[in-house]
Amino acid sequence: MNPIWEGLQEAFRLIANLDPELLRILVVSLEVSSLAIVVGMLIGVPLGVFLGSRHFPGRNVLITLVNTGMGLPPVVVGLFIFLLLARSGPLGDLNLLYTPAAMVIAQVVIATPLVVGVTLAGIQGLDEKLRLQILSLGASPFQYYWKLIREARLTLLAALAAGFGSIVSEVGAVMMVGGNIAGQTRVMTTAIVLETRQGNFSMAIALSLILLLLALLINWLFTWVQQKKSA
Amino acid sequence: MSELARLEQVEVQSGRRTILSLDRFCVQEGEIQVVLGPTGAGKSTLLRVLNLLQWPHCGRLFWRNQELHRPAPLRLRRRIAMSFQEPLLFHGSVFANVAYGLHLRGVRGPALEKQVMQTLQRFGIAALAHQSAHKISGGEAQRTALARALVLGPELLLLDEPLASLDQNTKDCLASQLRQILRQSRMTCVWVTHDQEEALSMADRIAVLEQGSLRQVGTPEEVFFAPQNAMVARFVRTENILPGTVEENADGLASVRVQEALLEAITSFVPGARVLVCLRPEDVSLRRDREPGSESTRNRLRCTIEELRLQGATVRVKLDCGFPLLALITRRSAQEMALTVGETVLASFKATAIHCIPNDE
Repeated sequence: MNPIWEGLQEAFRLIANLDPELLRILVVSLEVSSLAIVVGMLIGVPLGVFLGSRHFPGRNVLITLVNTGMGLPPVVVGLFIFLLLARSGPLGDLNLLYTPAAMVIAQVVIATPLVVGVTLAGIQGLDEKLRLQILSLGASPFQYYWKLIREARLTLLAALAAGFGSIVSEVGAVMMVGGNIAGQTRVMTTAIVLETRQGNFSMAIALSLILLLLALLINWLFTWVQQKKSA
Repeated sequence: MSELARLEQVEVQSGRRTILSLDRFCVQEGEIQVVLGPTGAGKSTLLRVLNLLQWPHCGRLFWRNQELHRPAPLRLRRRIAMSFQEPLLFHGSVFANVAYGLHLRGVRGPALEKQVMQTLQRFGIAALAHQSAHKISGGEAQRTALARALVLGPELLLLDEPLASLDQNTKDCLASQLRQILRQSRMTCVWVTHDQEEALSMADRIAVLEQGSLRQVGTPEEVFFAPQNAMVARFVRTENILPGTVEENADGLASVRVQEALLEAITSFVPGARVLVCLRPEDVSLRRDREPGSESTRNRLRCTIEELRLQGATVRVKLDCGFPLLALITRRSAQEMALTVGETVLASFKATAIHCIPNDE
């Protein structure tokens, strides 16, 4: 029988039976990437709002750095985080290498520039007069930035989707700093690599299907909210 | 009337270009001051400075005779509100938009609801309170934007061309509504516009701004009927601006030579002075040669009709009196007189209808 067809059948069986190993991998993936995107949003949104709404010397340099960061190769991020967290590295004493925390750090570094970039574009896209209008109605600096975020909230949703999508499907960095330890740092992408190498296609296909489903779900949610808001 | 805000020796630059340069600009409490000027005159920049959202490169700002220093305190900024030409409504309902400024000031609950609903009622949009602000018509959106500023009861209301993006009917209706609300509340307002009819109907005082500088400040009558210079005269559509020389002046009644014609005008210019004779087209009367004319009319000129142009209820008559002259008469008068191009008529106007300004050109 065709190995692809066999793999698909087995994959559906694993999903339907809620295979414990599959679930463990899924939970670790979601935990690591969710925490990373929350931290990424907490850092990236204020930075994006600041860069998008203020003019100061060196702003263009910062924007160039952000744009470069948006295309940062994950393996390069993995290498730097590895060197930082390695026993001989500057943060070696923290003993974070090959832990979920190291994976979160790597994913935060990957997601944050994306969140900053998308937020920045959204804030810059707001009418200049709208910003004056908010201030002219008596907004304090905090109230002003909060209103900007609320007016650009669809963009923030895009930032969330782009950031989460990029880290949940990333493999290079998490493999390098997480070590792909079963039950601890094995996530969907690293498991797919491993299972494929071992010729265990059914598990690899099952994980791929879940990953695709997740991507579909995130994008469907984003489109739904977008359509609802703009209707 | 006491002074609410004052700018002294203020300059705002954009790059190397000066976009606003004012020796002195003041806003009196309770007045509606219209800032009139063409596009690019610096009107919006002036509003941003008055709103304390843009600090001038040099100059001094005063609020109730107290000098202000950068940065302007929030409590002072909250005494001023501004509304723009575009409604610039936020996401959310009409109610949420109007409530926004009050919310920033910590007003909540029944007090907030009462103030918002009262203001919506004043603007006739209470029924739209819970509709999405992005699903209402242009006129309703502009009313919402104005309500959002007025609900704050600001000590100084700044309006940047608030009616410019509306169709004529909506504009007339909202202008009258707004005039009534502003008069009733005696709210101090600086209203920026390039529309002269709007300026005439709304203003207690008019400031004419051009290329960042004030050209004249005065009552609507002063600005429209006694412009101080050629720029203001042209801008307020004093369409007959004729260069001439004062030949004699006896107790204020002067004879002014305009080409071959000698016009009589009430002016203090001395003989020899080069002046511009300003005469509004509606002050020029036309009659046929043989008809008797008014005795008090000091100026009578024989002219040839060059063009007749219908303009609604009026007709613009372009005349050649040795120099070009425009007259504005009603359509009925034109029909009764059966005016035709090429015929000769007598144009007459009073000495008091002429306003002379120095000819610096």
